[in-house]
Formats: sequence, structure tokens, C-alpha cells
Amino acid sequence: MRDLRLGRLLATGAVLGALLAGCISAPTPSGATITGPTTLEPTKNAVPLPTSKVTKIAVAYDLTGRGDGGFNDLAYNGAKQAAEELGAEIREVTAKLDDTDDDRAERLRLLAGAGYEAIIGVGFTYAGPMQIVAAEFPDIHFAIVDDGTVVAPNVQGILFAEHEGSFLVGAAAGLQTTTNTVGFIGAVQIPLLQKFEAGYAAGVKHANPAATMQVTYLSQPPDYSGFGDPPHGREAALGMYDNGVDIIFAAAGGSGSGVHEAAAQTGHWSIGVDADEYLLAPEAVRDHILTSMLKNANVGTYEFVVSVAYDTFVAGNQTFGLANGGVGYATSGGFVDDIRSRLDEFAADIVAGRIVVPETP
Amino acid sequence: MTRLRGAALLLTAPAAAAGLAFAVAAVILRLAGADPIATLGDALAYGLQPTTLVAVVNKAIPYYLAGIAAAVGFHLRLFNIGIDGQYRLAAFAAAVIGAAVALPAPLHLALIVTVALVVGWGWAAIAGLLYVRRGVNVVISTIMLNAVATGLIAYLLSPLRLAQQAPGSNNITTAPIPESGWIPPIALPGDVGSINGFLVIAVFVGIAYWLVLSRTTVGFEVRAMGFSERAATVAGIRAPRLALLTMAASGAIAGLVGLPQLLGASHRFGLDFPAGLGFTGLSVAILGRNHPVGVAIGAFVWAFLERSAQVLDLAGISKEVVAILQAVIVLSIVVAYELVRRVRARQERRYVAQAVEGAPA
Repeated sequence: MRDLRLGRLLATGAVLGALLAGCISAPTPSGATITGPTTLEPTKNAVPLPTSKVTKIAVAYDLTGRGDGGFNDLAYNGAKQAAEELGAEIREVTAKLDDTDDDRAERLRLLAGAGYEAIIGVGFTYAGPMQIVAAEFPDIHFAIVDDGTVVAPNVQGILFAEHEGSFLVGAAAGLQTTTNTVGFIGAVQIPLLQKFEAGYAAGVKHANPAATMQVTYLSQPPDYSGFGDPPHGREAALGMYDNGVDIIFAAAGGSGSGVHEAAAQTGHWSIGVDADEYLLAPEAVRDHILTSMLKNANVGTYEFVVSVAYDTFVAGNQTFGLANGGVGYATSGGFVDDIRSRLDEFAADIVAGRIVVPETP
Repeated sequence: MTRLRGAALLLTAPAAAAGLAFAVAAVILRLAGADPIATLGDALAYGLQPTTLVAVVNKAIPYYLAGIAAAVGFHLRLFNIGIDGQYRLAAFAAAVIGAAVALPAPLHLALIVTVALVVGWGWAAIAGLLYVRRGVNVVISTIMLNAVATGLIAYLLSPLRLAQQAPGSNNITTAPIPESGWIPPIALPGDVGSINGFLVIAVFVGIAYWLVLSRTTVGFEVRAMGFSERAATVAGIRAPRLALLTMAASGAIAGLVGLPQLLGASHRFGLDFPAGLGFTGLSVAILGRNHPVGVAIGAFVWAFLERSAQVLDLAGISKEVVAILQAVIVLSIVVAYELVRRVRARQERRYVAQAVEGAPA
């Protein structure tokens, strides 16, 4: 029994890498529900792996859905990776603008009723519905990304310390600016993105007290077009660059590509978000992406599915921050190489609590 | 005999429209790689379950109110695109005031409903005044006012002003309305859920709409103006006054659209409040041909399609198929009624011609 547990820990640990320290604390495994072998790589001291308890995974999106080149895609990728390794089936469902809580609850209910064992709701709008539906299906495991208010023995909240990662790219901007003016472009003016703004502003100020910051949001709720409107992002960025800004942090989902274009067009810097955008951007643009604020949503969803599969599920909130690699900054392109030591110093200070990053602007 | 044929002809229009819409849907489903008959059958089976039907009725209530609001404007060819902004602003104001006061149950509810009516009325009256005094096209001004309403709500719905944010949540909401301001649900026997109590008010609105239109002077003036503006003006009906009145009335009814959700379900206004109901209202009014019962049928059909669409996602078919289905239904209704109108006109001409020929000289 003891060996099996150790082997499982090693096996999952090997797959997850060092990113997920502290997230796997295993209760006892159960031998029930055998659904065939998994494709997880066996570790060197090959102990037979327990079998996965997950055959069907579902991801329910909020409005913006997949294809944003960022957050939703990452959340999906994590679940998808888990699905491939576990040999499970994955299903995505989408939302509509005039959805009520009742509609969202029914969406989760249908998934639970159709035998999906691990159900992920992306976005805070699923909080109320998940609270209700989780109680109706106690044997099914749910996760909600970006919300920490659902309290149930079968629900996990996946939260990210976006402000911490934003602090670091803000510090990078503060150190690299030559005009002492930096910009922030958010997709939609909602608390989630204001958290990015707050962290970024704090980072800028910390690294460069003389710097000033300009802030704009592309749209306001319930208009979520700001997440997927590159031309709008481009115009907003051109305006800022015209205004003396030389580095813009684009926390703007799919609209970010427009900001990066504007940076390339005018010979300025931009900063990407969620994914390492240097690797995603076209060749002509990538050399203007200073760094990216990484929000590893894939880690959160992957970890959740795997924990359900191997009975190591833990209810309650899992926060992914600097301390466990859930957020960070990208170094692709090598544009922040000369300040990396300082950024890492800041990161260590945040982890140690010497710097407290605000969550609201 | 002719009357019977006329009635049959009138019924063929919606039947033909529905037939055409489903034929198009079947083609799309086939193109998407699904079995159309099995898929539509699944959706229908799900839609006809008692719990689903209850949910459909609840979903249809705001659609109906939005439909009537649109229909009021349609009588004067006023396209009130602003229903969306009107109801969101009204629901927001109603939520704020409803949470701020303490009153005994019936008074509390009456106050909230009155606030919503007045705010919707006032917001639409701006567009009405601009139209009457300055000749500003109502479509343009109401679209603009939607944007203004969005901005106004975004400004006020902030923890710094009229709203609050729960710890761990990414949602911002107004304070909850105390229970004395809720609308009691209509309980149903068995385990099928309950009907939103606002249904009663929606029915009352429908009856009032019918009464005013068919039994009052104002209603007569509106209908006369709708048939022929010149004839009505010559007859002494003051067009500007009537336009302003109609626009404001449309807005007052629009003010109620958000209340079933606010008073019957969420009890507070937040970032997750349903948006876009106003646009559904326009389609529903067209489907229902501005008739109080027709709009009710239209709202029910619309809600039924939306709700049934949830199972399509599970079958791996994008539920946008239903959006296409809805659009085709609206278009084919318009076309079918126009065809019927022409056929009837020709029949009438022939009938008159025969009567004249057959008459003794």
C-alpha cells in the first residue's frame, strides 16, 4: 500500500515537473473503477501505476470561449493533456450572453448526468451554479477557474496570483522604459483584469518610482468584445505610443496581438499575457515583445484532472502563484536578460513576503 | 367558405416558416457531420421533459416582456434597439434601491417594480425627445444610449460606489435585495421546479397592451398612425406627441425585462447579469407579429430552442446551429406572411372582379 502510494507520487511528480510542489497530498487510493491502463510514463523504479478513474472530462467556458490564444486555450490545454495521458474523452461546451445562472446550472447538470467525472467551469460566472449542481452530484468532481467562493467537498477552486506575475513584468517595464511612461491595456474592465493592473502598477513603481502609467480598457461589461478585438487593441496602443508611452502591458486576451503589432509598427515594446507570446507571435512582431506575464492555467486544470483520476483530489482552493510556478515572466527573446537577476530578486521577495503586491488598483 | 380558406392560408404561413427552418437546420446538421433526425429528436426529447418545460417558461418571461416592449415601438415603425440598455439600467437601479430600503413585502416589491418602470421610461424618453425635437433617428440614438448605459453601469457597479465584491470572487454585485422585495415563485406539484412569479406581471402587461391598443383612443391613434401617417395627421392626430408617448411606453415595459431574474432568481445585479435580452425581444416581436398572444408563442418557441440547444453541445454540435435555426425562422416568417398577403390580395381582387361582373348592370 505504502509503495503504491509512493510510486504514484513519483509518477505524477515526474509528469508535472517541479511546478506543482505542495499540491499532491494523497489520501488512500481505491482499486475500483478500472478503465484500462493509462499512458503516463513509468518512472525508473517502475511501480505499477494505479488506474485512472476518469474517462470523460468536460470544460465549460464562459463567453469568450476557446481560441483566445491565451487563458481559455491554456485551461483547455491542461485538461487536454491530462485527457491524452489518461486516455479519456474530452468535451467542451460554451456559454451565451443572455445566460442566467439557471442556464449555466443546467449545463453543468447535463454534463454531470452524462457521466463526465471531472468537470471544469472556466470563469467566475459558474460559481453560483456550481454550488448548486455540485450538491446534486456528490460523486462527481468539479473545478472552477478564477473563483474561490464555492465551498463543497467535491469542488476545487483554481486561483492564480496574477498580481504577482504582473508585478514582475511591471518591474521589467519600469527598469526598461526610457521615457519613464508605461502603459496598461486591459481587455474588459472587470476585477480579474484589474488585478493584473494593480500588480503591474506596483511593479512599475517599485522598480522605478519616477515612472508614470497610462491605463485603458477596451470594453466594459457586459460587452466582452475587448477580449477578441485586435484592431481595437492596436488603435488603443497607437494612441498610447503617440502619448509618450514606450512599453505597454497588454492584458487583453486575443486583442493583445493588435497591441504587439502597434509596438512593432512604431518601434516600441509590448508585454504579452497568459502564454509566452514571443513564441506565438509572427516573426516580424516578436522582437518587440519584451516579456510575457505567464499564467499557467494549464497547470491548474491538468493537476485537477489528474488528481481526480488518481483519487488525490483535494477540495477547497488551490492558488497558483510565484511560489509554485503558477505565474511568472517569460525570458524568450532574451530582452530581459540583463535585468533577470533583479526580477528574480523581486520574485524571491514576493515569495518571502517582503514585498506585498496589491490586488486592486 | 372564403373566410375558412383565409384562415387556412393564415395558418400556412407559420407552418411553412417552421418547415423551412427545420429543413435548413437539417441541412446544416448534416453538413456538420451529424444525423439530423436523431439530433433534432434528442433535442426535442430533452425539451419536452417537464423540468425543461418549466425552465423554458421561466426563460420565456423576459423574452415576452422584451417582445412586447419592441412590439409597442413597431406599431409606429420605431425600432427600439435600446431595450437592452433600458432594461439593464432599470434592473441596476431597481437592485440598488431595492437593497437600500426596508419596507413590508408588497410595498417593497411595488417600489422596485416602479423604479424599474420609471428608469426604463426615462431612458427611452431621451431617445423619444431627440427624435421628436431634433429628428434624430431612433435606431441610432438608442444604440448610442445602450453604450452610455453600459458605461454608466460599469462606472457605478464598483466596490468604490454602489457595489461590493466578495472575497475570493471575481464578480462584482450590488447588495442583495432583502426577502421582502423578492417575487414569490409559483410552486408546482412534483419535482419539476417552480415557475417565476413574474409570470403574473408579464400576463398583466400582455393584457394591458392589448386593452390599450384595441380599446382606447391612444391605441386607436397608434394603430391609425401605423396604417398611414399622412391620413392620421390629416385626421388631427399629433404625430410627435404620439411618438414620444410610444417610445417612453416601450421603455417602461423594457424596464421590466430584467426583473424576473432580479426578483425571482439572483436578487442582486452583478457582472453575470444576463445581457442581450433586448435583441431577442425584437426577434420575438417579429415572430409574434406584434400580437400579445403571438409574442407569447414566439417567446416560448425561442426559449424552447435555446434550452433544447444545450444538449447539442453534449453531442459535439455547436449550439450556434440553433442561432441559425432561429434566424431562419424569423426570416421565413416575414417572407411567408408577405407571400400570404399577396395571395390574399390577388384572391380579393378576383373576388371583387367576379362580383362586379356578375352584378346586374
